[in-house]
Amino acid sequence: MPLLAQGEFQPPGVRDFFLPPIFGSVTKPMVLVVLSVIIIAAFFLLASRNLKIVPSKFQFAAESVYDFSRNGITREQIGAKDFRPYVPLILTLFTFVLVNNIFGIIPIIQFPTFSHIGFPLALSVLVVYPVYHIAGIRKHGIGGYLKKELFPPDIPKPIYFLLTPIEIFTKFFMNPITLAIRVFAAMFAGHLILLVFTMGGEFLLLEANAWLKPASIVAFLFAIAMTFLEAFVQVVQAYIFALLSAGYIGAALAADH
Amino acid sequence: MLNQLTLLAAEGEPSPVLPHTSEIILGLVAFLLLLGILWKFVVPRFEKLYQERTETIEGGIQKAERMQAQAEENLQKYKDLLADANAAAARIRDDARIEAEQIREELRVQAQEEAARIVAQGRNQLEAQRAQIVAELRADLGRTAVELASKIVGESLDDEARRRGTVDRFLEELDSVSAPAKK
Repeated sequence: MPLLAQGEFQPPGVRDFFLPPIFGSVTKPMVLVVLSVIIIAAFFLLASRNLKIVPSKFQFAAESVYDFSRNGITREQIGAKDFRPYVPLILTLFTFVLVNNIFGIIPIIQFPTFSHIGFPLALSVLVVYPVYHIAGIRKHGIGGYLKKELFPPDIPKPIYFLLTPIEIFTKFFMNPITLAIRVFAAMFAGHLILLVFTMGGEFLLLEANAWLKPASIVAFLFAIAMTFLEAFVQVVQAYIFALLSAGYIGAALAADH
Repeated sequence: MLNQLTLLAAEGEPSPVLPHTSEIILGLVAFLLLLGILWKFVVPRFEKLYQERTETIEGGIQKAERMQAQAEENLQKYKDLLADANAAAARIRDDARIEAEQIREELRVQAQEEAARIVAQGRNQLEAQRAQIVAELRADLGRTAVELASKIVGESLDDEARRRGTVDRFLEELDSVSAPAKK
């Protein structure tokens, strides 16, 4: 660790998120993303290989995840009528984000992939954004969709001068960006906090004078506490990501605003 | 924070808010790959399972409903039967009571008739016996009286007509004497 050699504590920063490539130009988050795909695919393929009406424990676990994405998020947000086609998308979004977030607290891996904004941005701008607009256009026609989204009915005419630009800004610019930034920021900040406590504790233990060494215990305890908090945040962020994606699709499909 | 980040970026630190193209591409490809696998293999299997489970449960519910309906039908049938049986029993009881009443009445009438008949018969018999006894007594008495009279008078009352008239007259008197006594 370079910080230790310098004898003065250097707080962790952005550079700790950009570790040198493992080989060639392959970086740690890239490996982790691929790993997450393998883990999720293997989990569901194994679990669904021989499904029984009365589930085994393993099947029950997989079913719970599936059921949560299907009924808890997709059906809840899109409505019982036309949620079916979106079940695979929301299931994949939820599990993909979840596993990549949880990587942040898995020993040795310990890196939340989504703290690199490229990954959440790819999902929100290149997947969720086109999906919900196309869904709305296919259901209502392009004219009907734009009219429904930008000119909600039963509103006094002058309000449109105010409302329509806001709607355009929200629906076509902010939604995908905030969707990505929300999970990115949570992961980035969470990982940074863990780094501060563990690196600070390490520094106190190894470099500080004898009086300060016990303080490292506090730092490590905080690191452990924050790890639990992070676990919670990571699950919640994955849930929110899937929930909002389904919510956007549901709003685009809904008959009126 | 943002200022600091841009400052750091200016110093040669990577910026965390600027996405790497390679990561966007990899993220998208990895996600689409996973989406494809889940869409093609996993979701259909789970949906099929849901379908089967729904059918199983609905089948069970339907069966239970059918059985319940049948049980209710049977219960109704038994209740009807019981009500019928009760009604029949009541009817039979009523009939029997009426019949018994009738029989008792008939018996009573019969017994009364029988008693009346027996009384009448007895009276007739008594009457006949009395008449017979009276006739016998009358004959005996006539003869005895005539004999005694003949002995006393010393003459034969051979004249039949006269004799009869005398005896009869005597008996008439006797009758009129004894009749009030009998009453």
